[in-house]
Amino acid sequence: MGLTGYLFLSLALFGIGAFGFLSRRNAIMMLICIELMLNAVNLSLVAFNAFDYYATDDAGAIFSLLIMAVAAAEATVGLALVIAIIRTRQTPEVDEYSDLKE
Amino acid sequence: MVLAIGVIGGGLAAVLLRNVIHSAVAMMVCFGALAGTYALLGAPIVAAAQVLIYLGAISVLILFAIMLTQAGDANLPVPFQRQAPIAAIVALLIVGVVGWALVQTPWPNGSVIVPVDLNALAAAIFNDYALPFEIVAFLLLAAIIGAIYLARRPEEDERAN
Repeated sequence: MGLTGYLFLSLALFGIGAFGFLSRRNAIMMLICIELMLNAVNLSLVAFNAFDYYATDDAGAIFSLLIMAVAAAEATVGLALVIAIIRTRQTPEVDEYSDLKE
Repeated sequence: MVLAIGVIGGGLAAVLLRNVIHSAVAMMVCFGALAGTYALLGAPIVAAAQVLIYLGAISVLILFAIMLTQAGDANLPVPFQRQAPIAAIVALLIVGVVGWALVQTPWPNGSVIVPVDLNALAAAIFNDYALPFEIVAFLLLAAIIGAIYLARRPEEDERAN
């Protein structure tokens, strides 16, 4: 596979994650789908870096490492939020979080 | 190629499976295949970080969150919302537009993979990219404090007072 092959793989993974984020009902599943999309972006960055597309230094690998740290921070805070809201509402279904509508 | 099938299959299974725990395990398969892909792309440091952070930390965190929140899966509800067809159309639209841009762009078609030079990468992180590195460190500290604050049980306050 050349550069385009990896980019299409990354695009497919991002599409899967976007569909899941928009369609799943469970709040934890939405977080899993966010992780899938972040990984798709990481894959494209590493692919660009491997085929020396935009820089001579390893900027793509560095960016993907930084994105992983940010994703870890996002997962911690996101899961803490989900646990807190499930504790108060007793359900992981995002449809049920409709207090502001009423 | 096998790894690509693992990535796509793991991702699809994670999104489509009914049980949340099965989805989390499928997500781990997807992340493992991605780590293999990074190793193939000449970035073993990114592959190692992927295994450590995603397979080791984030997956375990998600599994713990599922176990803390799921009270027995006696009857699993329909996993998708009513807007699932619209979501599929939107996702396909995104994939179509970006895919069209991918096809239209003249990419360099060299297939030589340049491996990551670990010494240069380390020097670059601590010299050229020192500021983003420090910002990420601060962000992680903020995330730790925020997670402790959010996930704390309210009753513990009352007991402390």
